[in-house]
Amino acid sequence: MAEAQNSPILDSARLGAPPSAGSTTAGAIAVAAESTVATRMSAPPSFDVADFPVPHGREEEWRFTPLERLRGLHDGTAVANGTMKAQIDAPEGVTVESVDRGDERIGKAGTPVDRVAAQAFSSFAKATVVTVPKETVLAEPIRVALHGEGGTTFGHTVFDIKPFAEAIIVIDHTGDGVRAANVDILVGDGAKVTFVSVQDWDDTAVHTSQHNALVGRDASFKSVVVTFGGDLVRLHPRVRYAAPGGEAEMLGLYFTDASQHQEHRLLVTHDAPHCKSNVVYKGALQGEGAHAVWIGDVLIEKTAEGTDTYEMNRNLVLTDGARVDSVPNLEIETGEIVGAGHASATGRFDDEQLFYLQARGIPADEARRLVVRGFFAELVQQIGVPDIEERLIAKIEAELEASV
Amino acid sequence: MATLEIHDLRVSVEADNGSREILKGVDLTVKQGETHAIMGPNGSGKSTLAYSLAGHPKYTITGGTVTLDGEDVLEMSVDERARAGVFLAMQYPVEVPGVSVSNFLRTSATAIRGEAPKLRLWVKEVKEAMERLSMDPAFAERNVNEGFSGGEKKRHEILQLELLKPKIAILDETDSGLDVDALRIVSEGVNRVREAGEVGTLLITHYTRILRYIKPDFVHVFANGRIVESGGAELADQLEAEGYDKYVKGGATA
Repeated sequence: MAEAQNSPILDSARLGAPPSAGSTTAGAIAVAAESTVATRMSAPPSFDVADFPVPHGREEEWRFTPLERLRGLHDGTAVANGTMKAQIDAPEGVTVESVDRGDERIGKAGTPVDRVAAQAFSSFAKATVVTVPKETVLAEPIRVALHGEGGTTFGHTVFDIKPFAEAIIVIDHTGDGVRAANVDILVGDGAKVTFVSVQDWDDTAVHTSQHNALVGRDASFKSVVVTFGGDLVRLHPRVRYAAPGGEAEMLGLYFTDASQHQEHRLLVTHDAPHCKSNVVYKGALQGEGAHAVWIGDVLIEKTAEGTDTYEMNRNLVLTDGARVDSVPNLEIETGEIVGAGHASATGRFDDEQLFYLQARGIPADEARRLVVRGFFAELVQQIGVPDIEERLIAKIEAELEASV
Repeated sequence: MATLEIHDLRVSVEADNGSREILKGVDLTVKQGETHAIMGPNGSGKSTLAYSLAGHPKYTITGGTVTLDGEDVLEMSVDERARAGVFLAMQYPVEVPGVSVSNFLRTSATAIRGEAPKLRLWVKEVKEAMERLSMDPAFAERNVNEGFSGGEKKRHEILQLELLKPKIAILDETDSGLDVDALRIVSEGVNRVREAGEVGTLLITHYTRILRYIKPDFVHVFANGRIVESGGAELADQLEAEGYDKYVKGGATA
């Protein structure tokens, strides 16, 4: 049977704005002096792997993750023995450097929040820093192609987008391997950045990554996370604001097949006033043992007056045997906000739905495509990178073909 | 002229304690332009007849034949039956997450008509049909049946009936759960389709209320898995006055 598990605390909730239509959700809105986002972690953020105890699986941040499939990334037994073929296509004006870990730009956007992210930080040899100079508007995306050729690799990449620059960044992960890496995105004042991370791994790959975005004054940042492949993928897309007036949009799309574990753990920290955030993640699941996890944390700190935030997770379970854990969590430490809300819902495509569509003349395979395409369509259109949108639609079709 | 012929139809469902026969030899012929009301007590097998004709996988045909203009309906898949011209307006329409009403209607019309309707004409056609059923245009952007009220679900079913123009329309308890206004609007929709004269209608209902709006040519009393009496519209009046008692006493109620 398909299971949909949520923390049963509150129904669809929104403060300071009208309720969202037609959604059911489970999650929490807490107005508290002390943040549980911080206190429920087993250790505070740190760059040093030794500061984190080896997880045993019952910790809040690890309870959904099959540790035995992390290939030693979590307990110190993983060693860098693999090959990751990297190709960076950078438009003119963009600089790409390979730097040592002492470089001051590394780690500025965020600190590792779990042992695996800290392991990646402690283990990388050289970091890559990609810089888009001030006021440079790129006509073409910066493309980073990472193709795993087996074994374990660690990495760290910094994208430093200077004030008033505009850039689209696409990181594309393919092939096989065990990959632990962190990505920092420094979004300068008034800059506009779209950051796309595609996880199109072979079904044997393991990938963990923490994406840290630091959004400058009046800057806008869009994160697009697309996860199709991998045996286990666990990502931490995170946003913080360096100054007032920033906007962040975080879009995610996953298609979880039999035996895949795909986990997305988001955090938006509103620590500056008058910033906006909007989170939309959608996933489809099919096959025995398909497991998707979505954790959506939004923290509105006392200083963040005028915040406007909304987060949503939708899941579509196509077959028996798949499982979704969806936990939205909103913490508000100031009442002086424009709006804050969240929603989570998990629906099933079942025989009765199939019958209904067929009874209107629609053949079975087309009915299934109709449902999945419709489910993702709106989200795909928001990505704004045409070749990624096309590839996504093709990929969704291919996933559906494989299931029939 | 389209004709649906049901002959000695026998249908079972699988239950925990083995298979149970629900339809026990149904004979009925519905011709284009005719309206047949099938009335009967709860559990008599009316809805089973409706779902069996549409091809729901839960029901097993154990005997008899169903043909549409001589073609064997029972051999067809669910979608083939729909494309052949059989339409079932469901008592409990199913929610389909992720599919908007407009996308659903267009996909369905494309399947039934064999080609995609011209976009501009189609938009107009849907808009007008929705207006006739007093449906808010915003309705088209909602997901199919998701969060619809009982009345909205039934209007949506009749909207499809109007757009898909079937040869045989089976309306399964379309009147259930409707208030008087909604019942009138839905009935007017059915009547518009009937007045075109191209559809044979099988109106399945427990109550006579809807028959004040939709006048049947024939009324059949359904009890214990078969038709036990047939007559004209006056039979409905008799049922209104006397109820189903005399039909359920003889045989065990299913």
